[in-house]
Amino acid sequence: MTTARQRATKLVPLIAAIGVTAFALTGCSAGNSDGGTTAPDKFSYLSFAENTSIQDTLTALSTGECSAENDALPLDITTQPQASYDQQLQLLAGQNALPVLFASGNTPQVAKDLNSGGKLVDVEQALTDLDKSDAIIPAAKSTIDALYDGDQYVLPTEFNVEGIWYNKKLFADNGIEVPTTWDELVTAADKLNAAGVIPFSADGQDGWPLTRLVGNYIFRDLGPDALQKVADGDAKLTDPEYVKAAEAVADLGAKGYFGPSVTSIDYMTAMNQFLTGQAGMFYMGSWALANFNDPAQNQIGAENVGFMPFPTVEGGAGSADQLAANVGVPLALSKSTYSDDVASWLGCFADNFGSSSLANQGVITGFKVNTPVEDLPPLTQEVQTQIDATTQSVLWFEALFNAKAATTSQTNASQLVTGAMSPEDFMKAVQADIGD
Amino acid sequence: MLVYSLIMLVPIFWSLGYTVFEGNPIVGFTFVGLDNIVQLFTDPKIGDALLFTLKYAIVLTVGQVLVGYGLSLLYVFWLKKASGLIRTLVFFPVVLPTVAVALLFQALFAIAPQIGPVNSLLNFFGADSIDWFASGATAFWVIVIMDIWRSMGFYAVLLYAGLVDIPEEMFESARLDGASGWKLVRHIVIPLSLPVLFSSIIFSINGTLKVFDSVLALTNGGPGNTTTPLTLYMYQTSFTYGEYGYGSSIALMLTILCLLVTLVIFRSSRRDLTKG
Repeated sequence: MTTARQRATKLVPLIAAIGVTAFALTGCSAGNSDGGTTAPDKFSYLSFAENTSIQDTLTALSTGECSAENDALPLDITTQPQASYDQQLQLLAGQNALPVLFASGNTPQVAKDLNSGGKLVDVEQALTDLDKSDAIIPAAKSTIDALYDGDQYVLPTEFNVEGIWYNKKLFADNGIEVPTTWDELVTAADKLNAAGVIPFSADGQDGWPLTRLVGNYIFRDLGPDALQKVADGDAKLTDPEYVKAAEAVADLGAKGYFGPSVTSIDYMTAMNQFLTGQAGMFYMGSWALANFNDPAQNQIGAENVGFMPFPTVEGGAGSADQLAANVGVPLALSKSTYSDDVASWLGCFADNFGSSSLANQGVITGFKVNTPVEDLPPLTQEVQTQIDATTQSVLWFEALFNAKAATTSQTNASQLVTGAMSPEDFMKAVQADIGD
Repeated sequence: MLVYSLIMLVPIFWSLGYTVFEGNPIVGFTFVGLDNIVQLFTDPKIGDALLFTLKYAIVLTVGQVLVGYGLSLLYVFWLKKASGLIRTLVFFPVVLPTVAVALLFQALFAIAPQIGPVNSLLNFFGADSIDWFASGATAFWVIVIMDIWRSMGFYAVLLYAGLVDIPEEMFESARLDGASGWKLVRHIVIPLSLPVLFSSIIFSINGTLKVFDSVLALTNGGPGNTTTPLTLYMYQTSFTYGEYGYGSSIALMLTILCLLVTLVIFRSSRRDLTKG
């Protein structure tokens, strides 16, 4: 007993010393120095490795319309895989070493945090100072407003609308009219299934294409502010009217409408299922136009791909012309390296990014297209018309959730449609991570 | 000592320090006292992750040590001098990159877009295909099979080294006393290879409690969080959710768990040896 006590007494100073050292070490690193502005010697851009279209547009601009800016401040691109991107940003931000321009992270929350730490350029103000305040199209501006609490500190280098793409030939062969309501959509799926076609091609491995359906159902049923209410704490996903949306999507899964093994299907396989005519419908964003317009991938032919907005829910408060929209990979500018040369680059962006991206990559951006682009594929034109006609857009299911809730939602999505998780449990799990 | 302190002790204390903070380098850190530790006891996901980790560690330790031991006996008593080639072949998966092995097993157990060989075999015998990765229960067994396949060669060689150390005279005298087959294994081989067997178990349990790469590559913790071990949850918490403090608390919990398990095994081994 005495020996034990003696040993314990000896341990106390040791534990105290460890505690003090640990605290001191962390305390030293916890400080966040803001630093002043230092003019950069290159126009460094950090990108998701998976996204090549923005890099390609930037490279095209650096040798074309923005070559003068590039001479003053040469473009320097580095990439980081998307899966570890946020971690890299945290490291760089912690060292006050953010690049001049960078993809703003996997969720809007990352940019919000960076902005609250005073690390981002107020893009709206910067564009106004350059006398280019109309460079960003209103639809993209309103999407950014909705995503970032009304502030503009990111650039919309993409502007995507989302909806259901369908195989026109399969619809015609099976006597299916383009659905305008959820019930008609289910009937169309019934017919496709009866004809031996997978009704919906979906990437269950990543989960988000499935939760997009839940989100859209909520917007159509409860109105465009339904998920803002959840984010504000005025409603909960566990409320019966929200659970109803998860039930509707789970019902499609229970009937086997996502194919025999949605859990094992990844993004490219889902795309391939649709483009080889194995599936009748495919919920996806307009970024997929590049795949649809590529004859090597699209075996059903671009003329056989149709686009329908997510249908209305009978008696619901939302409408089908409120298209789901996003700004793809929004880019942010670091405040500590914002110099006159960077401002010149931003000005050149504002004038040319939209048209260059559309002409060279076929990607619709949130920038105004200042130089008209001829010979766009018909499907791209159709989507462009839809975007122009859209007056109000809605976000996606996880847009306003924190990273934890977004991950829970997406990783459990396939379990929702395979019946391994009940709609109530699914919504409960996501709500638990949003916080009560 | 200085180098050791810099590369071992400083990071450990640094991580320990984070347990009383909340935040990340972007938003900065705030002192929260023991909140993170308290959260460990109220977070339902910790329970799931802990349960998965323990289940995996126990099943895999039993699996890889038993299979490894079986193989080592095979090398020593049946294959004898001709075991070199077999040993090399069985050891081969140990040197393969985890991600490559995971991709191989994904393809083996696939149901879509193509039916994999395992499901083809099931179909051949008239059974329906199984969507192995659609539920945590079946995905767990795929992870276990994959990791036993990957590691059995290592444990076989480790235990083989222990077995060849047993003096040949021991076997001869036992044989003269009439022991053979299972009796020889039970009374001579197992007691004399006990130290290396315990080392293998400690190796195995510590390795399996910290399983990360194979799960990340094969299932990414899914579906849902049904195959998420503590390490992966710690990684997600720290780097995906930006909660460095809570992530460090999970790491602390894992460290204590490894220490406890090792101590328990040491204690039991000491008792056994004195009795024996």
